[in-house]
Amino acid sequence: MSTTISRTKKSPPGSRRSARPDRAAWGFLLPFVALFLFTFVLPLGYAVYQSLLTPQRSGALGLGPATLGFAGLDNYALALQQSAFLESFARVLLFGLVQIPVMLLLATALALALDTLSHRWAGILRAAYFLPYGVPGVIASILWGFLYVPGVSPITDLLGRIGLAPDFLGYDTALWSIANIVIWEFAGYNMLVIVAQLKAIPQELYEAARIDGAGAWQTAMRIKLPLARPALVLTGVFSIIGTLQLFAEPLVIKPLTPAVTNSYTPNLSAYNEAFANNNIYLAAAESVILALVASVLSFGFLSLVNRREGRDAR
Amino acid sequence: MKPSRILLVALLTVAALYFLLPVYWLVVASTKSSADLFGTFGLWFSDPRWLDNTSKVFSYGDGIFWSWTFNSVLYAGVGGALATLLAGAAGYALAVYRFRGREAVFKVVLAGVLLPSTALALPLYLLFSKVGLANTYWAVLIPSIVSPFGVYLCRIYAEAAVPAEMLEAARVDGAGEWRIFGTLVLRTMTPALVTVFLFQFVGIWNNYFLPLVMLSDERKYPITLGLTTWQAAANRIPELNQLTVGGAFLSILPLAAAMLVLQRYWRSGLTQGSVKG
Repeated sequence: MSTTISRTKKSPPGSRRSARPDRAAWGFLLPFVALFLFTFVLPLGYAVYQSLLTPQRSGALGLGPATLGFAGLDNYALALQQSAFLESFARVLLFGLVQIPVMLLLATALALALDTLSHRWAGILRAAYFLPYGVPGVIASILWGFLYVPGVSPITDLLGRIGLAPDFLGYDTALWSIANIVIWEFAGYNMLVIVAQLKAIPQELYEAARIDGAGAWQTAMRIKLPLARPALVLTGVFSIIGTLQLFAEPLVIKPLTPAVTNSYTPNLSAYNEAFANNNIYLAAAESVILALVASVLSFGFLSLVNRREGRDAR
Repeated sequence: MKPSRILLVALLTVAALYFLLPVYWLVVASTKSSADLFGTFGLWFSDPRWLDNTSKVFSYGDGIFWSWTFNSVLYAGVGGALATLLAGAAGYALAVYRFRGREAVFKVVLAGVLLPSTALALPLYLLFSKVGLANTYWAVLIPSIVSPFGVYLCRIYAEAAVPAEMLEAARVDGAGEWRIFGTLVLRTMTPALVTVFLFQFVGIWNNYFLPLVMLSDERKYPITLGLTTWQAAANRIPELNQLTVGGAFLSILPLAAAMLVLQRYWRSGLTQGSVKG
């Protein structure tokens, strides 16, 4: 036992024993840390560096060979002056404000409802709800794309027979058609995270609630929902991150509708800046802005939730 | 049955229809000819010819669909396995050793979890094209074997599941740190490792942005990227509509099967992450 304690405490300087665990720990960490530096830290650093550059023409008329010059924050100013880029942020923000609550509400409702069913039925339905998570985002978008286009879609076909002519790909509706794809993909996954949390609730709590005369609805609202909170926080954070990254779905839907533009989302904007307009310096600046906004939002959400949790505990 | 019960079952059934309908449509559509795809009702079969369609998917463009399938399996299989091993070792080290810099490393890992992966794809491309890795298999594989979320899960699991007494006993018996990890620890951590592997496998299989920016050679594409090139070209070559649908159906078979079989296992693994989350 004493060896365990000495291992958990910081070893005194000069102790011969301290070298071994330290070296072993870094040995285990090294492969991951090295690759993490190479694929996370270095690219971000390089993108920041690139975002500070701009090609400059030399010669009196600007006809000489282009050289790279230091541009300061010019690329950032340029990115933030583009109304299309700012609009793309507003668009994903609006998207997230609607899509995330709807999806989490659906996931929570399904998780709570499944919790009241018998084992076999719950298992079959859970598998049905979770299945879309195994469909890659682009494939899901191709799939729903076919279901949105009049002529192929059985949905517009059926609605047309009762006299409705829905336009899933119009200027006002395309964003929500994309939201539907994202909800379809991830609601079942989020439901599973919540179900896992519900399974961790000790059965005695339900017993106690029943003895106190609580019905199924009250048990769900007063006991299950509050205790499922950590899962909701987790799914909330990942949904915020996911929303800001919105890329594959609009890109796949784009050929089907003029409503989706080259700068529909921040990611799409940066991608087109780099590959369609060949301005990697501006694209780098846009990527850095996106990474910053995403980190601020998800850290902000986490600390907001944690602060409230601390207050509740008091 | 009570009315509230009937309402509940009705709602659950409607939800099931919503989640299954597109997949059902895909199954039906994958059996149709190009003409029937546009000309007949989408939710019912018409002159099924699934085998014929499937052989077209595999033979089109010198059998490029084979290459895409092979690439997807390579990226997701090898990438997922290596990512799991690295995350297991790193998570284990963070859980059981006390060393200077431990908390700092863990905080950086957490920041990595919260950083959107697609915000990173473009910077990765800029860096990889600078060092000459763009448009190689490595360009997709290397970023795929780094999973901060995996490290996070493995650390939490190892803290709870790897007993200090077991490590001490093994050390007293003269086993080295690597040997202990390779034999005892990996076995103890199996549930967490399987979870991490599944997450990473699905993540890589579904990944689109990274291969899109990194690869220009069609032969190195994964299925997701390949199918979107078919879909985008379907305006000019109508028969590609059918191939896109048929290919989409084939591409979701392996994951859907794995999802149904492993759902139970996955769920128990997820608990490790969400309880402390």
